[in-house]
Amino acid sequence: MEITELTVHELQEKLKNKEIKVTDITKAYIDKINEKEKDVQAFVTLLTDEALKEAEEIQTKIDNGENLGDYAGIPIGIKDNICTKGVKTTCSSKMLENFVSPYDATVMEKLNKENLIDLGKLNMDEFAMGGSTEHSYFKITKNPRNLNKVPGGSSGGSAAAVAANMVPWALGSDTGGSIRQPASFCGVVGLKPTYGLVSRYGLVAFASSLDQIGPITKDVEDAAILLNLIAGHDKKDTTSADIEKKDYTKCLKKDIKGIKIGVPKEFFGEGINEEVKNTLYKAIEKYKEMGAEVEEFSLDIAKYSLAAYYIIACAEASSNLGRFDGIRYTYRTKEFKNLKELYRKSRSEGFGPEVKRRIILGTYVLSSGYYDAYYKKAQKVRTLVMNEFNNAFKKYDVILTPTSPTVAFDIGSKTSDPLEMYLSDICTVSVNIAGLPAISIPCGQDKENMPIGMQLIGNRFCEETILNVAYKFEQDLKFRENYKSE
Amino acid sequence: MSRDNYEVIIGLEVHAELSTKTKIFCSCPTKFGASPNTQVCPICMAMPGTLPVLNEKVVEYAVKAGLATNCEIEKNSKNDRKNYFYPDLPKSYQISQFDKPLCKNGYVEINVNNTKKKIGITRIHIEEDAGKLNHDDFSGGSLVDLNRAGVPLIEIVSEPDLRSSEEAEIYLKKLKSILEYIEVSDCKMQEGSFRADVNVSVRKKGDSKLGTRTETKNMNSFRSIVREIEYEIDRQIEVIERGEKVEQETLRWDDVSGKTFPMRDKENADDYRYFPEPDLVAIKLSDEYIENVRKTLPELPESRKERYLTQYNLSEKDANIITSSKYLSDLFENAIKVCNNPKAVNNWIISDISRILNEKEMEASEIPFNAEQLGNLVILIDKGTISSSIGKKVLEELFENPKDPEEIIKEKGWIQISDENEIKEIALKILEANPQSIADYKAGKDRALGFLVGQAMKQTKGKANPKMLNEIFLEELKK
Repeated sequence: MEITELTVHELQEKLKNKEIKVTDITKAYIDKINEKEKDVQAFVTLLTDEALKEAEEIQTKIDNGENLGDYAGIPIGIKDNICTKGVKTTCSSKMLENFVSPYDATVMEKLNKENLIDLGKLNMDEFAMGGSTEHSYFKITKNPRNLNKVPGGSSGGSAAAVAANMVPWALGSDTGGSIRQPASFCGVVGLKPTYGLVSRYGLVAFASSLDQIGPITKDVEDAAILLNLIAGHDKKDTTSADIEKKDYTKCLKKDIKGIKIGVPKEFFGEGINEEVKNTLYKAIEKYKEMGAEVEEFSLDIAKYSLAAYYIIACAEASSNLGRFDGIRYTYRTKEFKNLKELYRKSRSEGFGPEVKRRIILGTYVLSSGYYDAYYKKAQKVRTLVMNEFNNAFKKYDVILTPTSPTVAFDIGSKTSDPLEMYLSDICTVSVNIAGLPAISIPCGQDKENMPIGMQLIGNRFCEETILNVAYKFEQDLKFRENYKSE
Repeated sequence: MSRDNYEVIIGLEVHAELSTKTKIFCSCPTKFGASPNTQVCPICMAMPGTLPVLNEKVVEYAVKAGLATNCEIEKNSKNDRKNYFYPDLPKSYQISQFDKPLCKNGYVEINVNNTKKKIGITRIHIEEDAGKLNHDDFSGGSLVDLNRAGVPLIEIVSEPDLRSSEEAEIYLKKLKSILEYIEVSDCKMQEGSFRADVNVSVRKKGDSKLGTRTETKNMNSFRSIVREIEYEIDRQIEVIERGEKVEQETLRWDDVSGKTFPMRDKENADDYRYFPEPDLVAIKLSDEYIENVRKTLPELPESRKERYLTQYNLSEKDANIITSSKYLSDLFENAIKVCNNPKAVNNWIISDISRILNEKEMEASEIPFNAEQLGNLVILIDKGTISSSIGKKVLEELFENPKDPEEIIKEKGWIQISDENEIKEIALKILEANPQSIADYKAGKDRALGFLVGQAMKQTKGKANPKMLNEIFLEELKK
């Protein structure tokens, strides 16, 4: 098998046995990028030269007997809203086209300490707002399975790069489904950790109370490994949880006999594509065969999540994006007569239409006179959603739903209708609203060979359970072997 | 127009910079006066992706201020974002507190014409200061200095309980001294670390409804505050007497013209779109925590004043002046520890030190010498090493170039001449040169003695022991 088709745990095994060298891996990925990037368009910034140099240095150190950690020399791709010192962090926006971060995000510090190699910064919807990566200022990333389809979003570059074997794994961020939905569209694994498990320090904020960084990988085991590398309390992020460190790979192989899976019927109703539904039903049958106890139930409040999500996320975004004002490190308009015009023109020219739409929406819902009717009410809904999930987790270990109502759609098919685009987040947003962990894994594909994703939601800080349940299914389905695109 | 027909209502919002070593949400230093943008980091510069971490000292200091002003302490508090655009506000929102301030419902007692009056404190909340805009003479534009961005502030909002500029001044001075005593702010007004927004309205006496108020921002001297209030009262009454309405607006005080002007655009938004800060967790305080802070409260000015009246027999007036500033009060007490002469230390502070502070337009906190040096000065006079007129010169020198007074007088050669032979020699020379004075004295003009002593002091540049001179002259004149 080609190097770039291997998972990270497979690569690591070969490195350990000295079957391959660190430089072989990086070179193989650079070759793959040279072959595929012109079609897929996943990267905003490529760091191939730097990566090769770094790989050589790491290889020399390893040859000299230095212990650099288990994953030293493994390449990775980083979503372009995670700050990387000395490298552009653009958020795929004209606003930050030339922004070079003076500091590393906490997750980057952790990866650097493990001597991972950054292959480049990955494309996304501008400021992580969108579900198709069509809202990037720089380029539209294509779905490697079918170049006419979107890769999903907002972490579309990350999912597409992993699916196209241009990186072995990648970091994405998830505010309302931005890791899980593109993972689902591209046929890879995406994990959104519990809010607070991974430090947000250095993640350019979209909606502070919802954002989480997480892994996008080829398989569940890699997701567990990457989570091991990035999880943990950070003094620089007071919303990060101070909990005991776990090894998320340990739980994977546990028997799932007797495990209780809840299936909320609202997630299988109107608007969910028939092929998606049927594939999910087959997955449910598979779980029953494996000895899981599956039960349908009602998660009634979930239908209000989408509205609450768009109010809370936009409100926070309208404030978070205020700092992009044309004064310091951002785009600044060329001509202006006074301060007001500097602000207005810089922001009008620097932000794309989707970002502007959400800033306006968020500004509106926070305005005096509307605050109680929108923002406050949305927060109440949020509490109710949390309560309802809490109740569900008294009965079930895992909640199973589709990741997205549809498979990847055609490029350009939804850009003219924002509401239609927002509806594609219907299955994922309640997880962010409640701060829960969830994983998306491929569970089949439709007639056109487009992957279908299954979402497994866990209780707060129960990543081990969803990883375990996902792993068991993956081992049985063998998606990567059995459902190739060609 | 007659002021007598109107009642004046004043409320004050005081911003005091807290004297923590580091900023409120990052570990940058807070020292005043550094070169622009040298006390900054990605967090206080609001680089994308950065997050605030609340400095626990800020909470402690604010709770201390709340307890010292008789406030209730909120055990479930939180931070909120106040959103507006201005170049000195790098995040485009200020992290402040909206509906759950750390402290509320307190009061400060003031003394107006020997009558005690309680001024209500509506709330005290914590927030971050903004940066500063400096005019750039080269480009004609403005440059942003973010050293001050993120310096912790408390905002102390009073009830509209003040009825005159005099009351406002007394209240502000009292508040300032409380903050100094509990050591949460150095309250240096020139540096802007103690400043006030002044709300003024007037209404016809007997009206139950409050008049429309104006708010004048960022006042940082007692004198201008008093002038501003007086001006606003007159202006508002004039507007009303003309049959017009006072506009609710934000004003700027111009010290040169002595007038207020409406503030344009600037940091004023119509709607700050407050909402809870999602990057910070709620501030939860236990009863135990609050009690522990209470235990750290020092003796407050009121109680010190009472003690000075009985322990040191100070007059009410002197005790008021000394306790009005923690620095003066500490200087007083610590100098007494050195020289054990409260009366002398009191006199130095009330007369010469206060005069020099006035002349130099300095605040007590800026006094360059320490209590030990002042105490030693008193000792030198008490021992007769120097005269009190030399003492005054030593004090001037202490303000210029503070060191031990003993060293000063040695360097300057100011040690008093107390050698009997030496003094006699000086006296004889003076008598020889002033036969007329001898004649006058003998003719019964006692003043001539004073003249002779003065001449001798002049010749010795004040160093001769005046008591001995007096005695020797008398002796010689009687011969």
